[in-house]
Amino acid sequence: MIRTTMLHNILLALVLVLLTVVAFAQASLIPSTRLINPEDLVKTLQSSKAEKPLMIQVGSHVLYSQAHIPGSEYIGPASSDAAVQQLRKRVESVPRNKFILIYCGCCPWGHCPNVKPADDALHAMGFTSIKVLYIANNFGADWVDKGYPVAKGD
Amino acid sequence: MKKNLLIALVAITIGAIVYFYYFYARPAGSRSRLASPAEHALAPDFSLPNLSGGELDLSTYRGKVVLLDFWATWCVPCREEIPHFVDLQNQYRDQGLQIIGVSMDDSPEPALVFYKTLKMNYPVVMGNAKIGELYGGVLGLPIAFVIGRDGRIYAKHVGATSIPVFEKAILPLLQSH
Repeated sequence: MIRTTMLHNILLALVLVLLTVVAFAQASLIPSTRLINPEDLVKTLQSSKAEKPLMIQVGSHVLYSQAHIPGSEYIGPASSDAAVQQLRKRVESVPRNKFILIYCGCCPWGHCPNVKPADDALHAMGFTSIKVLYIANNFGADWVDKGYPVAKGD
Repeated sequence: MKKNLLIALVAITIGAIVYFYYFYARPAGSRSRLASPAEHALAPDFSLPNLSGGELDLSTYRGKVVLLDFWATWCVPCREEIPHFVDLQNQYRDQGLQIIGVSMDDSPEPALVFYKTLKMNYPVVMGNAKIGELYGGVLGLPIAFVIGRDGRIYAKHVGATSIPVFEKAILPLLQSH
């Protein structure tokens, strides 16, 4: 009886530990099926046949100005309500099956406060073809330093 | 009931510790080394708005060892580093260490809130794309540069970095005049 109770408590504790770790890791909660690697995105952008996404950077303007994916739009850091509102406004009239790519690259993936709120907002609006660019470290290391296409300025 | 609540609190605490260790306390992949002055470029000078008012010129700190920290309020690992920088500044100020924060926030208001809340004891300036480019592209945060008394860059740390790693870069520079 005592053993059963102890085992129950240990299992409960383990579950709670796991849930707590997961709860803190925001970006990590985005399902892998909605992620796209930089290499795969470059192939998509360079392909003459693949559908080109509407690309939106949801991080800092200072980072966007230094370097961003050519053709991507700046909307603001999606960790702020104002930027999420701006995002909703931008895509309001976009067909819900349009391929949309969101990215940030401010910091290591597990720390990014911007991609998940943006992803959540788009899903709540009914968009069915969203991809989030998986940037493991930061935009500099995982995109610019790899020699992928870059644009500067606003 | 109380026992279950206690177990829940302990479990959540352990979960938080596991998360913060995994994401924050692991040694950074950054490098830190001291080499001859000829190998190190002069840190680009700048004049940027100081959160405390006026402008701050990096050149006025020639002769000091400068830890130039690029950060932003939305960057969690950056915020985690700041209290440690406050301690570091207190510890080595008299030996000639000067920490300067460069906020890469889009506006000064959030940076000012953090400046006051975290009782930052070193100047913070508002960065921009131009200074980011001058320093080789600040395309992820945090990034910190260690600048010697001669104005040259001796180390660059990308990502959250522990204080012992910073000290390893800073102490030899503080000892050299």
